[in-house]
Amino acid sequence: MKSFWPFGRRKRVIAKPRLAASGPSGGPVLERHNRRMLLILAHPALQRSRVNAALYAAVADMADDVTFHDLYESYADFSIDVEVEQQRLADHDLIILQFPMYWYATPALLKEWLDMVWLHGFAYGRSGTRLHGKTLLCAVTTGGEPEAYTPSGSNRFPIAEFLRPMEATAYLCGLAWAEPFIIHDTFQIDDAGIAIQAARYRKRLAELIAALPVTNSAPATATAA
Amino acid sequence: MSTDTVLMQALVYLLASVIAVPIAKRAGLGSVLGYLIAGAAIGPFALHLVGNQADVMRFAEFGVVILLFLIGLEVRPALLWSMRAAIFGLGAAQLIGIGLCIAAAAMALGLDWRHAAAIGAILAMSSTAIVLQTLDEKGLRRGAVGSAAFGVLLFQDLSVIPLLVLLPMLAVVPVVAVAGADGGLHGWWHALAVLAAVLAIVAGGRYLIGPIFRFIAATRLREIYTATALLLVIGVTALMQLVGMSPALGAFLAGVMLAENEFRRELEADIEPFRGLLLGLFFITVGASLDFGLLMRHPVLILALTLGLMAIKAVAMSGIARAFRMPWGDARTVGVALCQGGEFAFVLVGFVVGAGVLTSELGRMLNAVVAVSMVLTPLVFLLHERFGQGNAEVSTAAVPDAFDETADVIIAGFGRFGQIAGRLIAANGFRTSLLDVSVSQIELLRRFGRRIHYGDATRLDLLRAAGAEKARLLVIAIDDREKALELVETAKQYFPQLTILARAWDRRHAYELLDRGADVVERETFEGGLALGRIGLQRLGLRANQALRAANLFRRQDRRLFDELMPLRDDEDGFILASRQSQATLDQLLSAELQESVTSDRDRGWDTSSVAEEMRDAAE
Repeated sequence: MKSFWPFGRRKRVIAKPRLAASGPSGGPVLERHNRRMLLILAHPALQRSRVNAALYAAVADMADDVTFHDLYESYADFSIDVEVEQQRLADHDLIILQFPMYWYATPALLKEWLDMVWLHGFAYGRSGTRLHGKTLLCAVTTGGEPEAYTPSGSNRFPIAEFLRPMEATAYLCGLAWAEPFIIHDTFQIDDAGIAIQAARYRKRLAELIAALPVTNSAPATATAA
Repeated sequence: MSTDTVLMQALVYLLASVIAVPIAKRAGLGSVLGYLIAGAAIGPFALHLVGNQADVMRFAEFGVVILLFLIGLEVRPALLWSMRAAIFGLGAAQLIGIGLCIAAAAMALGLDWRHAAAIGAILAMSSTAIVLQTLDEKGLRRGAVGSAAFGVLLFQDLSVIPLLVLLPMLAVVPVVAVAGADGGLHGWWHALAVLAAVLAIVAGGRYLIGPIFRFIAATRLREIYTATALLLVIGVTALMQLVGMSPALGAFLAGVMLAENEFRRELEADIEPFRGLLLGLFFITVGASLDFGLLMRHPVLILALTLGLMAIKAVAMSGIARAFRMPWGDARTVGVALCQGGEFAFVLVGFVVGAGVLTSELGRMLNAVVAVSMVLTPLVFLLHERFGQGNAEVSTAAVPDAFDETADVIIAGFGRFGQIAGRLIAANGFRTSLLDVSVSQIELLRRFGRRIHYGDATRLDLLRAAGAEKARLLVIAIDDREKALELVETAKQYFPQLTILARAWDRRHAYELLDRGADVVERETFEGGLALGRIGLQRLGLRANQALRAANLFRRQDRRLFDELMPLRDDEDGFILASRQSQATLDQLLSAELQESVTSDRDRGWDTSSVAEEMRDAAE
């Protein structure tokens, strides 16, 4: 269901944070939950997407373990609620960034989100340890064929090179860098191919969840600011 | 008991209105009936708290003059021109058609044809004051019904002048001197005087009034400004009376001439209170002049005559309106609205009795019939609303093909607000069904090639005809707060699949809309105010991105506040306290943000100061 973003009693979109009464700090408080994976989808035109939409749909029923967060649906006006986003990051152990690659980088809103949310003192710096020990996975789609990402191909460099900024970010902020999930050739891929990739994606996420150490099962909750 | 002093009189009138009108209004009878009842109660034929009404009546008729002046202020000459069909077509048809019907009825009752003709002309008149006040209260004045009724009333006012000339010719016994209104002017001289007066008003309104008001406004004396406005209306009235023309018509003309004047709004605001009070007084005098003695002597006869008159006028008027291609429901409403005798009837009766056309016995009878019909009008209108509307709904539902029945979205109210929302939705390929009650708005948009339908969206049949059963969204953007709430309830009850998006007047209205079941509400001034504030920040020197982000933050905080205060909405004190506290928090937050932004960037995302500090520390 599409949400009309003002206020009022609407049905909550699955990935939207629930704003309860304000917390002790006056800031917003997220609901308590036991999900440990946060899947952030950043696609500026999901209505036209084939592959990303299929990936997103393929894991939609994992809502017991995964918090879904459609970034362009939540912040179409680029007005990001920093406190809510930081709390949401803190509440999960696995961060998935799913996006189509544009000009060898993330879509603009995902970059904006990094700029606004991954702050000094929160994500990095002497006291910025809130993301330490978490895992970051980039799930990236590209239009080019695998051969395009070779020294003789049109993009010249391997895909891993283009993800270096994300990898460096993870390193700086103390997150484990999971082997990126890549789908090439999205302009050519047929429905059968998409189905195979969607199943692979689902399997990968399930493996990541299964691999989480049990001892770390109590996620940070609402009280932390 | 006789109360002769002006103060005592004022006391009685005011007390009667203050008691009767609110009660009548509460009981759903409308203020007009309240005034009439108050008048009847204090009149010489009941409690006898006030005496002869003739003097008061003359004073109270001034209320009608002011009413017409105020209406004139709203009618630009161009609009008047566009209404010419309603005035000269429908108006003439009404006066002639209904005059003939009444005359025929009078002849059937055995009256001489000359008497019958005079009575027809006199009783064809309707009451401007009652009709417009009633339509205003029902919110019908700006619709199709309102403009049709107004056209007819205006033509009646116009025709008073020729009637004053023609009616004496029906005299059975020639009378040497016609006393009264034309002040001894005759024939060509009279016509010339009228023309000169009208020209004086037109020219004065065009060229003289502007400078005078500018001069008065420069003195900054509020009460003198009001006095000047009143002087203007009284002056026009006096002038019109001097040349034997309807003062109401003169005042209307003066109003029209000033409709495009820059002082229009102020004039309106200054004179408005006088209108209400004097019109109330007028209705009271009508109530008080009810001759209960005559009524007691011939109760059946007068009641029968009155009901007969109202029936003839209502039925004939509906027929005429229908002939002018109005939908049945509207035609019937116009007929019912115009079914009473008018205040001009009192004037004309006095005049023709003086001219020897009618006997004074017949004159008194006519006056009684007219007064009773005025008293009955609000009641008849109530009955029409209760029982007549059912038929009206059937008639509208019979022509649903005018709508695109497969609309995705119904926009109720396609005015300043609804247009923006509706155009955006339509521009993205969704089919919209548009409803509005403003005729001029509909006309205007038709010229731009937009199909929009006339109708009150709170009516279930109309919603259904607009495709509410299959539509996905209902956008409520009507001006009337209460109607908007009503519409939410109706839509929620009968079309549960509709997502209801409503324009809210303010915060409180927004809560009320949500309570009734609206899915989404948007306060109408919020985004506009925010946008202007943002531009203001930019003009004050903030970078565009900085101003945009400040506005976004403000929006987010305000919406959060809206949600947080929702549970407190019914607790008046708690609501105010909490909203004050939250407002203080918001102001603090914002001013802190802005304070900071004067020296540095307010977004922490691009604030490198803490990083720089840490790096300096590390280097030491």
